[in-house]
Amino acid sequence: MAQTIRQASGGPEGPIRERKKPLPYPLSLYQTAVGKKYVMALTGVGLLGFVVVHMIGNLHVYEGPAKMAEYAETLRTLGGGLVPRETVLWILRAGLIAMFGLHIHSAYTLKEMSRLSSPSAGFVAGNKKYAGGQEFIAANFASRTMRWTGPIIALYLVFHLADLTWGWVNPDFHHGDPHNNVIESLSNPGIAAIYVVANVALAIHIYHGAWSMFQSLGINNPKINQGRRHLAMGLAGLILVGNLSFPLLTATGVINDDDRECPPGDLVCLEEELLEKEGGHSE
Amino acid sequence: MSNTLNLTLKVWRQDGPNGAGRFESYEANGIADDASFLEMLDVVNERLIEDGQEPITFESDCREGICGTCGIMINGKAHGPQKGTATCQLHMRKFSDGDNITIEPWRAESFPILKDLAVDRSALDHIIEAGGYITVNTGGAPDANLIPVPKEAADMAFDAAACIGCGACVAACPNSAAQLFTSAKLQHMNLLPQGQPERWDRAENMVETMEMFFGSCTNHGECHEACPKEISLDFIAFLNRDYVKAKIKNRKLLGQN
Ligand code: HEM
Ligand code: SF4
Repeated sequence: MAQTIRQASGGPEGPIRERKKPLPYPLSLYQTAVGKKYVMALTGVGLLGFVVVHMIGNLHVYEGPAKMAEYAETLRTLGGGLVPRETVLWILRAGLIAMFGLHIHSAYTLKEMSRLSSPSAGFVAGNKKYAGGQEFIAANFASRTMRWTGPIIALYLVFHLADLTWGWVNPDFHHGDPHNNVIESLSNPGIAAIYVVANVALAIHIYHGAWSMFQSLGINNPKINQGRRHLAMGLAGLILVGNLSFPLLTATGVINDDDRECPPGDLVCLEEELLEKEGGHSE
Repeated sequence: MSNTLNLTLKVWRQDGPNGAGRFESYEANGIADDASFLEMLDVVNERLIEDGQEPITFESDCREGICGTCGIMINGKAHGPQKGTATCQLHMRKFSDGDNITIEPWRAESFPILKDLAVDRSALDHIIEAGGYITVNTGGAPDANLIPVPKEAADMAFDAAACIGCGACVAACPNSAAQLFTSAKLQHMNLLPQGQPERWDRAENMVETMEMFFGSCTNHGECHEACPKEISLDFIAFLNRDYVKAKIKNRKLLGQN
């Protein structure tokens, strides 16, 4: 053990925070940093699942307005006739909101804890600084910018909802006709740029997060350790390519409205168009 | 045949725990390149003493890389540029003639600076006090190999036990987290049969004591790069696993774990 010089006057420095009196399990987990990190990783897995499914679902945009509208309707009627319309969707949304809340709360409080653990080293922009300039060897751009890419994603999320869920900032929003809404929004180069920047941030966030979560959850085994990095890279790449394709291909006109048969927002027409096409196959 | 180097040092000087602290520059001329980094500082200090100035305070003891006493930030790298090497075993041949070298103490809130480059690392001792031991009856030495240990467990425990408690991991960590130290000290016991009776209490107490002093790990991996014993990040994953298991198990009645 290190020989530590005890201060002649005043004695050794005490702890910088108290050990909390434990709440009943499992709340006690959230009182400690390791437990919080566990929650961050678990909610990260959930959000990651959402992001992947969301991206894959959005590929329907390549199938045209009718198919895209059908996909949107499918989400609203998940659970079929067993439950009222949008029930399952709202359960999923509630789960997502809770995961976002916990993920952000744990991230913020843990970063505060680290900040308070190194003020003498001038904690700047989320990392402590040595006057001589610290040379990072293992920490990469992604790991050092989690606390920036995170908030960028959060802000983007609000904008994205306002654009394509609520339609507040969409120039010609029609509820239930997402194909129209996507093109209205993304054919504007400025808006497309916001989507590109945010999704690059998301991919960077996932690049570190999807690796880090294995460590946080204690999933470590020589057989899979190499694969953890590859999985993180693969997921980041998948999300990057999939999510960037929408703004880039709309801005360049590959995703377009040229074949549209129904006026924007005419859901009855879209449904008929779908029936016509599908009917052609089955008869 | 050894070459000599002329260097410029920029050294953190601080008169005492409450002093303000500042960088001061020193010329270190004619340093033999087969000197260790600490011997280089010894030479500089002798010259300072001859000039009637206050020598630079730094800690050292064994000077063979096993006591964990030395440790300074050299050009923004804990223990300097050579991987897997404590400051005392770093040689001046790793530097070139004319180099500027910035030397700073470890920085973390729970490593208060005592003087110049010496910091108080008692916080690490408090983590050990919280569970970094096993409880055994003293008496005659037990026979060798009385307790069988799987080879893999023995090897891994030995890798963890290599930690010398220098604190470079905390110093290098952008979050000032002490995960690498704590995980090494936790796992070299938790991996062995002798460590089992107190395993879950140990995990809980050491981790929660660590959190009273240090920041929160974000899996950068800087600690492993800085570590003179190259302690593996795998131990941090094991710490996380054992801690969460401990939380679940300690809920149950004593003896039913
Ligand atoms: C769809 C969105 C998101 C996904 C898929 C996601 C995913 C993840 C994952 C898997 C982790 C790793 C957890 C671990 O280290 O064990 C993580 C960490 C983190 N996330 Fe997110 N996250 C998302 C949104 C956000 C948002 C909106 C914030 C806002 C502040 C945020 C902030 C953080 C921070 C600060 C960390 C900790 C990074 C570190 O350990 O240094 N994330 N994220
Ligand atoms: S883990 Fe490595 S860097 Fe940290 S105290 Fe132990 S020997 Fe030093």
